[in-house]
Amino acid sequence: MTSESFGDLIERCRAAEDELVRQWRTDVAASLRGRVSEIELDKELRDLLDAVLSAVGSPQGSDTRSPAFGEVRALLVELSRSRALQGFSPRETAIGVFALKRAVRESVGAGPEFQAFSDVIDELGLFTFETYAKAREEVISNQAEQLLELATPVVKLWHGVVALPLVGTLDSARAQVVMEKLLQTLVDTGSEYAIIDITGVPAVDTQVAQHLLKTIVAARLMGAQCIISGIRPQIAQTIVALGIEFGDIPTKATLADALMLALGRSGVDVAAEMTKRGL
Amino acid sequence: MERLPILKIGPMLLVSIQVDLRDDMVIALQEDLAERIVDTGARGVVIDITALDIVDSFTGRMLATVAALSRVLDAETVVVGMRPAVAITLVELGLSLDGIKTALDVERGMRLLSSGGGSGR
Repeated sequence: MTSESFGDLIERCRAAEDELVRQWRTDVAASLRGRVSEIELDKELRDLLDAVLSAVGSPQGSDTRSPAFGEVRALLVELSRSRALQGFSPRETAIGVFALKRAVRESVGAGPEFQAFSDVIDELGLFTFETYAKAREEVISNQAEQLLELATPVVKLWHGVVALPLVGTLDSARAQVVMEKLLQTLVDTGSEYAIIDITGVPAVDTQVAQHLLKTIVAARLMGAQCIISGIRPQIAQTIVALGIEFGDIPTKATLADALMLALGRSGVDVAAEMTKRGL
Repeated sequence: MERLPILKIGPMLLVSIQVDLRDDMVIALQEDLAERIVDTGARGVVIDITALDIVDSFTGRMLATVAALSRVLDAETVVVGMRPAVAITLVELGLSLDGIKTALDVERGMRLLSSGGGSGR
């Protein structure tokens, strides 16, 4: 198929460009409800229209995968990505493309060649939606990664004592991150005691216990000792019911108890420290 | 063949592993160490593996063997400076090195030996 199938539609569109863009912008602006400025939108749409018209006018004008549509695709990728990142809905993003059909029909008139043009726009609309979905997926996976980072802080409680307050479910991926982060912190700070506080862990099953034990054994291999704290009554019941053995790993009910134990073992005299710091 | 140097510091021996370990070096180290413990009458052995970033099951078993060997000769072994990645690998390999003392660095390891207690398991 060549550009003949579109007849003089392109010339007529070019001639009525201002009216067309105005019509298009009105439709798009109505759905965006003022979240993108008129001037910005006008520029976006003009660029897009220009690219679409020259692509459609080219010899491979009906094949949206052809090189002739390269610029159109690039513009659409940019548009749908920015819409996705700004939190627009799929409908609001896709309407930007589909509204072109109505604008062309109303300002230029629907001839027999309009059907072919409409097919091209439909293709482009689908492409936009695909890119939008891809961009959203990227956002989600980025957020999941950030969450993984955020959710595992290692805090220093005392010289040589660090604490790892665990919040949320501990699956294998998280357990791995937690383990690496804790062990790295032990090396970086030269801490001999690590307190793993599981107050924020909603449930402890055999798998979670397994992850904790692995972390603790790894820490021991490096020459640090771990204390588990924050075991709630229900959790204690579960641990016993499941027959999980913590062996000789000290477990405490509260973080305070665990800190006392760590300080006691490392031989810190808290009162003397306080006097030294003038507290 | 390359041999790992064994340094005598006071009543202790220090082995610092600075190169990638080959199996023949590991076997030579076990022999040398046993000899040096007998010669010097050392009471403790500190093995520094700070520079070791790859371990396999053979190396892991070597550490256990060295510990057992020194225990027979009435010396205690402390493995110091294990990297997080190495520790994770050993755990995943199922080598928890029971009976070996560990410390974060050489200094702490020596203190542990001279105090004669600490994080013994």
